[in-house]
Amino acid sequence: MKSIVPRYTREIPQRARLEGAKCLKCGHIEFPPRLVCSKCRHREFETISLQKTGTLLTYTIIYTPAETFSMQSPFAVGIVELDDGVRLTTQIVDVPLDELKIGKRVEMIFRLVQKEGHAGILEYGYKAVLTN
Amino acid sequence: MREVAIIGVGMTRFGELWNQSLRDIFTEAALKAIDDAGVDHIDSMYIGSMSPGLYVGQEHIGSMLADYLGVTPVPASRVESACASGSVALRQAIFEVASGYSDIVLAGGVEKMNDGEDTTYILATAADQEYEAYFGVTFPGLYAMIARAHMHRYGTTGEQLAAVAVKNHANGYRNPNAQFRMKITKETVLNSTMVADPLHLFDCSPVTDGGAAAIVVPLEMADKLKGQPVKIIATAQASDTIALHSRSDLTTVSSIGKAAEKAYKMAGLTPDKIDLAEVHDCFTIAEICAYEELGFAEKGKGGAAAESGLTALDGKIPVNTSGGLKSKGHPVGATGIAQIAEIVAQLRGEAGERQVKNARIGLTQNMGGSGGSCTVHILEAM
Ligand SMILES: [Zn+2]
Repeated sequence: MKSIVPRYTREIPQRARLEGAKCLKCGHIEFPPRLVCSKCRHREFETISLQKTGTLLTYTIIYTPAETFSMQSPFAVGIVELDDGVRLTTQIVDVPLDELKIGKRVEMIFRLVQKEGHAGILEYGYKAVLTN
Repeated sequence: MREVAIIGVGMTRFGELWNQSLRDIFTEAALKAIDDAGVDHIDSMYIGSMSPGLYVGQEHIGSMLADYLGVTPVPASRVESACASGSVALRQAIFEVASGYSDIVLAGGVEKMNDGEDTTYILATAADQEYEAYFGVTFPGLYAMIARAHMHRYGTTGEQLAAVAVKNHANGYRNPNAQFRMKITKETVLNSTMVADPLHLFDCSPVTDGGAAAIVVPLEMADKLKGQPVKIIATAQASDTIALHSRSDLTTVSSIGKAAEKAYKMAGLTPDKIDLAEVHDCFTIAEICAYEELGFAEKGKGGAAAESGLTALDGKIPVNTSGGLKSKGHPVGATGIAQIAEIVAQLRGEAGERQVKNARIGLTQNMGGSGGSCTVHILEAM
């Protein structure tokens, strides 16, 4: 996929700093931030930093990735529920693949995620590592 | 609103159609449906196609396909809802006929997936590009995560997943239009390459070229036409979050149940009245989720249902008599209409070696992405 730099930079607060939007009416946390609360349809939020620790809800090991990720295969991807209830999809790294289990505790870290397009722009974001 | 019927269906063979372009594939299917219906014109057409822009660099296929079908200036539009594009196109045709705006509307679907583009990337565009695909998850990967969660909570096994593929290949073996007409065993599935753990290659539907079409008319007109009509007694659609991770229950595809609930209500039926179904087995786990959400099996018992033979060709409720997406093939935009073509053939008694006896009421379930969109249709023999 080819895209321009602003498409990447506009996601930096979420992907690099794990910033979410907390609904000022019902307290639900949206990640990434959005304009309307998915729970109560309120439209005012405050920016918050998400919890960096959470639990692995499910995962897979990708053996047949899209071309951009072909150098990384096989790699683990999972759905993590952070301790503030926010869920996200993330790679799980620095772990032997057979040690992954639903329910394992994880911590979010900052890493290179992909090299985009023919120019090879370095794109960063969060990944998870096991903590126990 | 007028009652509507399908009066004609047609489809191409599914597979790697190296000598046929997108436009040829669609036109072949559309001509077959028009001939089957016995109509001399159409008033309008809708074409479901997920990604002709990425697969073959062609957008604006409404115009192109009307042109090559020789029906300009009738209105012709492409409809997109990822892998549910075909059935969503059908819904537009149903609404246009039911409203009285048009009398004869063609609903088609087409996808040309084998012209060289990175299909793993293209299919993942049905997921959240910025917050799922960005991190490397693939389309099989999303269903693999549903499968892992289902296994963890309900004890579903790889053998139970494999049973779905074995059954669908046994059915597709009897379907001359199917891409992979070979019988397989559980060992074939379990020994095949891992694609996204726990899903093996034989848990996944293939990459397919193909097209399908159906002609929708008012019920009152159906008697005057050549084709044997099948009545549409329910059409329903539901949406869900684009990202799998946003959903409260990761062990299922909730939009199937939401669409099914509306469809059963519209038809005034309960799941036990369904004689057969074509469901969206893009991956084996998806068919198991469909059993549970459509009410064919209790929640968590879908794996056992697959193994029990409940849904085999000679079972209580045969599912995917066509071979399903797994064996028949999955040209994504065409799939929803090909499911309709199979149910119409079954309800007419034209399904040959795979005919289900006394089939009166058939259901189709077609979904997009990891279930961000889903449709359910119910058809009745006349
Ligand atoms: Zn709120």
